[in-house]
Amino acid sequence: MPTLEDYVARVEGTCGAEKDVIVFFKYEKKDEAITNILKKAKVNNKIAGIIFELTFENYSFRLYTSGKAIFRGVKNREELNRVLSAMLL
Amino acid sequence: MDLQAIRKDFPILKRTINNNPLIYFDNAATTQKPRQVIDAEVDFYEKHNGNVHRAVHTLSLESTDLYEKSRERITRFINAKEPAEVIFVRGTTEAINLVAYSWGLGNLNKGDEVLVSLLEHHSNIVPWEITSKLKGFTIKYANVLPDGTLDYKDFKGKISKKTKIVCLSHVSNVTGVINDVKRITKAAHDNGSLMLLDGAQSVPHLPVDVQDLDADFLAFSGHKMLGPTGIGVLYGKKQLLQGMSPFEGGGEMIKEVTFSQGGGCDVSLNDLPWKFEAGTPNICGAIGLGEAVKYLEGLGMESVASHEKVLTKYALKRLEECGKITVYGPSNVSKKSGIISFNVKKLSSHDVALICDNYGIMIRSGYHCAQPLHQQVLKLNSSARASFYIYNTSEEVDRFVEVLKEIEQL
Repeated sequence: MPTLEDYVARVEGTCGAEKDVIVFFKYEKKDEAITNILKKAKVNNKIAGIIFELTFENYSFRLYTSGKAIFRGVKNREELNRVLSAMLL
Repeated sequence: MDLQAIRKDFPILKRTINNNPLIYFDNAATTQKPRQVIDAEVDFYEKHNGNVHRAVHTLSLESTDLYEKSRERITRFINAKEPAEVIFVRGTTEAINLVAYSWGLGNLNKGDEVLVSLLEHHSNIVPWEITSKLKGFTIKYANVLPDGTLDYKDFKGKISKKTKIVCLSHVSNVTGVINDVKRITKAAHDNGSLMLLDGAQSVPHLPVDVQDLDADFLAFSGHKMLGPTGIGVLYGKKQLLQGMSPFEGGGEMIKEVTFSQGGGCDVSLNDLPWKFEAGTPNICGAIGLGEAVKYLEGLGMESVASHEKVLTKYALKRLEECGKITVYGPSNVSKKSGIISFNVKKLSSHDVALICDNYGIMIRSGYHCAQPLHQQVLKLNSSARASFYIYNTSEEVDRFVEVLKEIEQL
């Protein structure tokens, strides 16, 4: 059974008042992670072929083809893990 | 400066990121390392590694020689009077902490004041806030004008006979503003106050002469000037350093540790600068920093500053083409170094940095460890920051502006 740790290398809270959270996917799993997320999240916009503006449940986020995603308004790490698990696993 | 020759000295610049040539614009955070610095470190570990001072064997003597020669080179680089005034530390943060604790705890008391400014990096705020809680002194913050320059009128109004030390960044790590530190140092000294300069963003980029500036303390980091991480310098006037207690205790910083017949322990302190270098120092880092200084001396600091001015002027001009971008800080290049902080309308700085990363362009986003400047003065949630150094080119700026124009379309 795959786990979140198979896909996620690191989660960083951004520095700034926005309190965004950046998820860094493991390099070797980033393409698979992006494919999985795109299957489950709603694509609102695709920009220049490198950025996807997505919605999943009540969360909007941006996914980059470099293997990073920036989430806004996620309450805490547990909630982020739940959302990521729902999309990735 | 021969830019192409310089770029060949930096192996990392051959890298690609996300299939794009690397454009490294995060030099205010840390700089890349030339082959000469990397080789100096490899050479040290392959041929000379030994612990410095107090041993008689060949490797220790060689290591000590390299370590102290590096100190001598740095002494000349900042025009300190003698190597005793140059203390190796981990970086700017440790240097300022050293002053806050070693000088501050011994000299600051209730009723005294420390004057800093709102444009400081957290490393020139937090050590004073922590020690003020221990000793009960007050910290005053000089205002900064909306263009990011220091409000000299407010500064003059806040300095008083209670002010024992003024602590100020030579160059802002957010706006790149170059403060008139000679003027401020004179004002501080006329008032009977000491002057501590945070040189983290000035020593790597401008000619800095501590005797000309008359600074009492100057702190800077090696990794922001082509050197390794984990090494930096605290310069202090000898007379002041002699009167200060050690920051840490241990080996290297003592002459003798003896027990008297009554059972008491007597510690006699080492001479300067070793009094402040407890334990085995970052020998390799110091040697690497010496090599970095040698590299910069080879280019000439006037040339380094001039290259950055030309590039910054060009970048600011090109950024005017971007209608949705707001640049913070003065537009007059004579007042600033090669740091440009900005935001793109309706986008968070992190989005901008992530998109740039997608194109192989490394820039910073966030507060840049200067939250008071962002919140109190610039009224921002965060900013994106591009910062230049000796290996950056106008072609890289062109590519950066091209990407920013794409970002503006989002």
